[in-house]
Amino acid sequence: MNRSLTNRWYAYYAVFRLRMVNGMQYRAAALAGMATQFFWGLITIMVFVAFYTHSGANVPMQIEQLVAYIWLQQALLALVVLWIRDNELFQLITSGNIAYELCRPIDIYGFWFAKLLAARLSAVLLRCIPVTILSFLLPSPYRMTLPPNGINALLFGVSLLLAALLVIAISMLIYISVFITLSPTGSVLVFGVLGEFLAGMIIPLPLMPEWLQSVLMLLPFRWTADFPFRLYSGHIGVQEGLIGIGIQIVWIAALVGIGKYCMWRVMRKTVVQGG
Amino acid sequence: MSSMYEDYKPEWKQKGIRSPGRIGSIRLFFRYLTLLFKAQMQYKTSFWLLSAGQFLVPFTAFAGVYFLFERFGTIQGWTFYEVALCFAVIHMSFAISECLARGFDSFSGFVVQGEFDRVLVRPRGTIVQVLGSKFEFTRFGRLMQSVMVLVLAISGGAVEWSLLKILTLLLMIVSGICVFAGIFMLAATICFWTVQGLEFVNIFTDGGREMAQYPLGIYPKWVLRFFTFVIPFGAVNYYPLLYILDRTEGSAFPYVLLPLAGIAFLIPSLLVWRMGVRHYHSTGS
Repeated sequence: MNRSLTNRWYAYYAVFRLRMVNGMQYRAAALAGMATQFFWGLITIMVFVAFYTHSGANVPMQIEQLVAYIWLQQALLALVVLWIRDNELFQLITSGNIAYELCRPIDIYGFWFAKLLAARLSAVLLRCIPVTILSFLLPSPYRMTLPPNGINALLFGVSLLLAALLVIAISMLIYISVFITLSPTGSVLVFGVLGEFLAGMIIPLPLMPEWLQSVLMLLPFRWTADFPFRLYSGHIGVQEGLIGIGIQIVWIAALVGIGKYCMWRVMRKTVVQGG
Repeated sequence: MSSMYEDYKPEWKQKGIRSPGRIGSIRLFFRYLTLLFKAQMQYKTSFWLLSAGQFLVPFTAFAGVYFLFERFGTIQGWTFYEVALCFAVIHMSFAISECLARGFDSFSGFVVQGEFDRVLVRPRGTIVQVLGSKFEFTRFGRLMQSVMVLVLAISGGAVEWSLLKILTLLLMIVSGICVFAGIFMLAATICFWTVQGLEFVNIFTDGGREMAQYPLGIYPKWVLRFFTFVIPFGAVNYYPLLYILDRTEGSAFPYVLLPLAGIAFLIPSLLVWRMGVRHYHSTGS
């Protein structure tokens, strides 16, 4: 095998492992975050339970499926939301220290991709297990349920991994946009808030009106959160799930392609002014 | 040892002047504000983008509420316009409070970087200095959104307005500002002990806002009790709302005056803050 290619993947892996270890250090922050997410999940479920009590049988989603959706949202928050950001990267761009990054004998897109993926995975690994365990112990309407069968569980796992890659591919575009605007706060906020809504993090997709759902099917955002969460509870069947995973892969390929091209474009134009 | 310091008097004090060019705390605060406003307006594009973003945050939350009502009709007997009124009041209070008390919200920076030492050596109160340290003018975007929801709720015709009801509504907003400010202050006080800010405080600020955007009566009883007697969101947003929407029986006065409990929440917060200041040890950086 081509030696330089194995070296490159090894470099990505090294960056990934370094960031993972780094991220695992912040245990107190993780604990506080977990408490917040657990409480948040409880309030959200209470609101939905209140809506469901007098609504009759005509609901697009069973309450157990909805509850599983909410708990997955909270447990996997650090993996799927767009508003998490790596301020270090922004500082590199705005301060001009990006020059050091360019000196490294490694493709900068892949380097940052690995960095961001590791940061999210370490954050989510610390947080998701306790929230999930607690959610299984709660009394009836709030209790988390297991997936209906093994196949759905397996598909959920695969789609979640793809969702993580897709989220990073989208957020790479945000980082690249900072090369042009030079001010991260505005674009991250707008992207983050809209992306959160479009991914079904404010209210689950099935509860939105039909017209909005069909629009959201055409955008990448719902494939990052809504799709894996519904696969988990069996709200999306196996066949639809397999097609969806295909769509996820197409989105990842397309967005990584666009991202790499944009990165190459802005890099050609980047001027580092001493300092 | 201490007498050595007590003997020391700066020159202006020896001359019998109370303090050189001393201005009132309120005027000082407004001077801070004009300075901060000028500073933030230096980055105009960033300012407008951030304001737009701040507008969007509660906007998507409200869109969620709207879509849920479109599907379900009511939530435990409350209509969309009634909930919109509830939503508008709490988000408005939150926006104003976040503007004003932002210094307390991001207080851990003061302690971590040792800046609080500088606050203590100045001959002014700690509170006015911390309040004046930060003011997020971009939060006006958030405020605008809640004003729009308020207009929508009022135009929905859920309320038969009277002078007393308008007064109650204003009291609710003021009281909400005080409750949020009190929580920000308590959270800042914790930093005197922990140095780092604690994320779980968000449960009471963001979580409280999220929760109180619906009438608290839709939640289980223990939630209503906790948010009435421990953190008085119920007194701010729920019981007075019952009066405004004519859902009460008997005398109106307890409901109208209940928001005062929210304002009273500032008293223990201030006392705890003073305790914290006395406990402060510099991090030395």
